[in-house]
Amino acid sequence: MSYCKQEGKDRIIFVTKEDHETPSNAELIADDPDDPYEEQGLILPNGEINWNCPCLGGMASGPCGSQFKEAFSCFHYSQEEVKGSECLEQFRSMQECMQRYPDLYPQEEDKENPPPAESGGSPAADGSALLSENDSSSVASPDSVSAADG
Amino acid sequence: MLTCRAVWKKLAPLARASSTVCRQNVRRAGWNNARTPLCVPVAHMSTGPVGGGGDNLKYALLVGAAFVGGLTYAVITVKGDQERHRERMAAIASRKQKSASQIHTEPLAPLETKLEAAAAPDAEAAAPSETAEPPPAADSKPSLPSHAPYLLIGGGTASFAAARSIRARDPGAKVLIVTDEPDLPYMRPPLSKELWFSDDPSVTETLRFKQWNGKERSIYFQPPSFYIDTEELRSAENGGVAVLTGRKVVHMDVRGNKVKLDDDMEISYDKCLIATGGVPRNLQVIERAGEEVMKRTTVFRKIDDFKSLDKVSRNTQSITIIGGGFLGSELACALGRRSTESGLEVIQMFPEKGNMGKVLPEYLSNWTTEKVKKEGVKVIREAVVKSVSYKDDKLEIKLKDGRVVRTDHIVAAVGLEPNVDLAKSAGLEVDSDFGGYRVNAELQARSNIWVAGDAACFYDIRLGRRRVEHHDHAVVSGRLAGENMTGANKPYWHQSMFWSDLGPDVGYEAIGIVDSSLPTVGVFAKATAKDTPKAATEESGTGIRSESETEETATSAVAPAAPAPVVEHRDEYGKGVIFYLREKVVVGIILWNVFNRMPIARKIIKDGEEHADLNEVAKLFNIHED
Repeated sequence: MSYCKQEGKDRIIFVTKEDHETPSNAELIADDPDDPYEEQGLILPNGEINWNCPCLGGMASGPCGSQFKEAFSCFHYSQEEVKGSECLEQFRSMQECMQRYPDLYPQEEDKENPPPAESGGSPAADGSALLSENDSSSVASPDSVSAADG
Repeated sequence: MLTCRAVWKKLAPLARASSTVCRQNVRRAGWNNARTPLCVPVAHMSTGPVGGGGDNLKYALLVGAAFVGGLTYAVITVKGDQERHRERMAAIASRKQKSASQIHTEPLAPLETKLEAAAAPDAEAAAPSETAEPPPAADSKPSLPSHAPYLLIGGGTASFAAARSIRARDPGAKVLIVTDEPDLPYMRPPLSKELWFSDDPSVTETLRFKQWNGKERSIYFQPPSFYIDTEELRSAENGGVAVLTGRKVVHMDVRGNKVKLDDDMEISYDKCLIATGGVPRNLQVIERAGEEVMKRTTVFRKIDDFKSLDKVSRNTQSITIIGGGFLGSELACALGRRSTESGLEVIQMFPEKGNMGKVLPEYLSNWTTEKVKKEGVKVIREAVVKSVSYKDDKLEIKLKDGRVVRTDHIVAAVGLEPNVDLAKSAGLEVDSDFGGYRVNAELQARSNIWVAGDAACFYDIRLGRRRVEHHDHAVVSGRLAGENMTGANKPYWHQSMFWSDLGPDVGYEAIGIVDSSLPTVGVFAKATAKDTPKAATEESGTGIRSESETEETATSAVAPAAPAPVVEHRDEYGKGVIFYLREKVVVGIILWNVFNRMPIARKIIKDGEEHADLNEVAKLFNIHED
């Protein structure tokens, strides 16, 4: 059973698992997915790519940032049946650039990390993305393109 | 003086001329001088017949004289101004020439950016006496840019976050970071945590640390290849981020949109960010205690401080940390851990009643202090330092209550003084309550100037005006400043968080205003062996615990293992949630040994609602689960 005590202005409650089993009746305000103040996900409400999304790591801002933006934009707006199939050139140029900076973009060709799911409202993870710098460095190449390469 | 004389000489003919004009005017009967400034009471000197021709003439003469006087005064002022203007322009011109020649003769060796060797000899060649004005002087300054579209003053976390943000949003942006440190931007938290737990003996050189999951990373945000050379900034087709190290901005000219460095070089900008952070405070009693004491005292903030403290910890027998806040406690725990191997005596003293006394409610602060002691630290509470002296090859610390502590080295962790050196020259407002530059909710100080990080006293729409000295805040505010510098116009809204680990058993994440003077409500579960920072990172498979917030990792759906032994002692504050209240609204939350739930905490603070039963709110956190 829960047990409560007061130490001056501080209140302390000890609860068991059973105490917390019933669903909470605390009310939270519904979030507005288009709130301009909020951190946006990868895709903005207007359909454009949020280059500043923490989920992209440093991809859009590094030395190969512009190549990455071009390649990924091309892929994003591609209407082809095989999405991104017309973007070979951009992806090639991006890979070329990345090969020039091996310590920024570790050359892990096999590790394909498809661009984070383009779900409209998925909120970006915490703003403190700078801590995961070197981890999100794998090249974002869509499967279809690399299949064409093979 | 000369001016006056020259003018006076001119006066005479002018006066004559004007008076001639005046007399002519006077003859023209009925000509009304529109400028009749003086309502001269006509003194009836004579008792002659009033009215008639005589009076009119006197009146006209008086008016004429006033007109002449006014005209001459105007002429003198204008002439004087012209002279002063000419003099000033001459002075500026000569000053510019002087500074230009100074730069050429000064050796460019101290520069630690990647300058080509060829550039240096060119610069040191005799400077032509007539140098063009600095801004477009591409020739006289061979390597360094004189204009940066985006100028970031300070090379820490906030600055880097802003640079990243600017580059993401403004294609081809050219960003120049100017820092007085010799290092490229790096993160501070590992300096008082992870780096101390590294097994690598060369960690002070590599500054890399292995995370719980085995992944290694450097404290530098990016390796040197990420940045471009300062001399390439101007011509880089796709822009880039250049870092000018070892240089300090000493003067800011807001009207002229430019800054001056400590070597008199000027850089103009379009948008500027001030992210100058702060300087660690020291105790006055130590500063007055003389050189022998100062030599044996460390203030801790930078990479060099880490290196020097590491060295000291291997070469002394006793270290005393003064300060019971985040930094002091983390260092105490880190050194305490080391003490078990080396026999180093680690003492921590502070004026409060327990560790983190200004942050945690008293019961938790006491509990934490006991944990810190278990890490091998001798904790001296309610200790106010009265004097420090150097005696018999030891430092002697005398406390106000009479206790004496003898030690070899002192680490002062007593707070940070925000760096507002540029406030005076730039004409920026400094906040008297919190310190730092006063900025609005969008982190803007003036039209083209933003401030982020430790030095920014900003308006938080939810929580009111504040200044925050945490890593995540530097990231969030730097990012926001970068967005606003590229036209976003967003206020500070995404609440930053902070965290601390005090040994393997005590770890917490927190958000909002966490001030122990506020009333609190703590909801605790009984702790099991699984609820520790170590367990949290191993489970979510990430490195630094804070990383698990950034990637979209699915919350670990670990099937509950066999029930871990429950700690029976009632007052074991193993894990739980603590709410800090201000007028019944939750303004701060601590997640005590409960991880990966920051988004819920952030939501509660954002809502800013009054909740009747905080136990119900606590249910949202599922504290009993992992």
